[in-house]
Amino acid sequence: MTRPGWFPALLALALALALTFLTLPVVAIFVHSSPAELLDSLGDPSAREALRLSLLTTTIAIALIVLVGTPAAYLLATRRFRGRALAVTLVELPLVLPPAVAGIGLLAALGPNGLLGGALENAGIRLVLETAGVVVALVFVAAPFHVRTAQAAFAAVDPHWSEASRTLGAGEARTFARVAVPAALPGLAAGVALAWGRALGEFGATLMFAGSFRGITQTAPLAIYAEFGSDFDGALALSAVLVALSGALLLSTKLLAHDAVARA
Amino acid sequence: MLSLALETRIGAGPAELELSLDVDDGACLALAGPSGAGKTSVLRAIAGLLRPERGRVACGGATWLDTARRVEVPPERRGCGYVFQDYALFGHLSAWRNVAYGLRDVPRRRRRAEACALLERFGVGALADVRPATLSGGERQRVALARALAARPRALLLDEPLAALDGRSAAAAGRELAGVLRELDVPALLVTHDFEQAALLGDEVAVLDAGRIVQRGSAAQLTASPASGFVADLTGAVVLRGHAERDAEGLTRVALAGGGELVALAPARGEVAVAVHPWEVALEPAGSAAATSARNRLAVEVTSVTALGNRVRVGLAAPQPLAAELTSASAARLGLAPGMRVVASWKAAATRVLPR
Repeated sequence: MTRPGWFPALLALALALALTFLTLPVVAIFVHSSPAELLDSLGDPSAREALRLSLLTTTIAIALIVLVGTPAAYLLATRRFRGRALAVTLVELPLVLPPAVAGIGLLAALGPNGLLGGALENAGIRLVLETAGVVVALVFVAAPFHVRTAQAAFAAVDPHWSEASRTLGAGEARTFARVAVPAALPGLAAGVALAWGRALGEFGATLMFAGSFRGITQTAPLAIYAEFGSDFDGALALSAVLVALSGALLLSTKLLAHDAVARA
Repeated sequence: MLSLALETRIGAGPAELELSLDVDDGACLALAGPSGAGKTSVLRAIAGLLRPERGRVACGGATWLDTARRVEVPPERRGCGYVFQDYALFGHLSAWRNVAYGLRDVPRRRRRAEACALLERFGVGALADVRPATLSGGERQRVALARALAARPRALLLDEPLAALDGRSAAAAGRELAGVLRELDVPALLVTHDFEQAALLGDEVAVLDAGRIVQRGSAAQLTASPASGFVADLTGAVVLRGHAERDAEGLTRVALAGGGELVALAPARGEVAVAVHPWEVALEPAGSAAATSARNRLAVEVTSVTALGNRVRVGLAAPQPLAAELTSASAARLGLAPGMRVVASWKAAATRVLPR
């Protein structure tokens, strides 16, 4: 038997440290709040409202992201065109923007005195301090997660599959719907899960662009922040629910995609 | 009839493709050549997956491509059955759904029956519900063929249809494919780097070298009278290089580069390639008296002895590389082993002199 070297031990230690540090806050949240307390906190109308608003706004935002982001990602993954690298970088830009900067940017673009503010006002659309504004902020910060992941998933599909589809009489749209999307489905689902997770946790851009008004723009993360000064236990309980919700979303999205792949 | 004329650059490199060819209904033309010769590009241009710089493609009276008249029919409206080298079966669909993919004119409820009937015809009916990932190479090839033929294509294109298979399944699949191609009533074009496969599957063989067709004919014609050293090499002949002169007898004498002299019947002069098929080369122990009528006798050294079923391929240094094929019994009688010195002989009539 050979003696295990010091390097594998170092790797194991690094992983153990990372796991401990990364899970400790999550564990602490659940240690602090018993299931009974969790249920109790859900009885609080402001917490319920915040959760309802979070679910509503993230669902709309994800629907918009999938609807527009998926075809855009397909184009980026399958075509070579002038300016493609620039387009990829621009799509990724919101990933590295500090949330506060994203909020200011959205105000400067879509706020009452923003670039498109006048046009929006003429069209009778108000975003700032409105639920619609929350959706706009969520789409802005979460979309790159889906587009990036979807682009990688489409790029990993064997290009011969699409070509075979064309020679078998399917046009480009049918090839997209019947070959590219089903073949990339696990990757697309991962993108949706990532974007949804990011949207559920969105705080800074929402706060700056839409504000934090109970029932209108106060999503769960904003409610947690509003509450933790006065009711730390309540904030903890809401946090626990949010963690459970994010985990459940992540898991069910992956399971759904796995199921769809297995059924075809 | 499928006819095409193409002129295009391949990829980003300087390689150019410039050829024209036609294939009759029911005939199969095998396009043979080394990798990088542009074989696959020809198929892709026909199917509409690659747009050549200049060219015309027509099939059965319909023009698919005419760059001069700005005609370009998209791939989905050309109706080309295309069997990809890696078969490109859709991994997310079962075998029968792969086959049914092209059956859009068939009512939905009859698609499964029709797809299964085709799979049955290719001997893989039992695998209808299996995903490609769990199929063997030979099974994938059959599913891919069934899929390509399901939509009743106006032409069939096959890219190295046997390359992804191992030796034994390739031989069996090759015989089956030859049968399928004989029954086909549309033009078929297949590309391969293997002359034996081209000879087995094609009614005719066209040899592609550096983007141009250098010779076209039956496999027997190409073997018997290759137009160049390149074609001879592709058909499996051994090619030696040398300098030819006409002698007083009216024969061609070739001084081989590196030593040795050969005699051939065909007139030639200057730098030439000499082709001889390994099965025409006889071996005898060194030092034995010349008791045969063979005019070409070279003292050579055995470099390798490889068993190929019931025969043996003997690698020789002449000093240019040469090869002989003998029965296993003959090889055993001579006691051939690497390092042994023997005499290789063949008739002047079996010596083809080709331009370099």
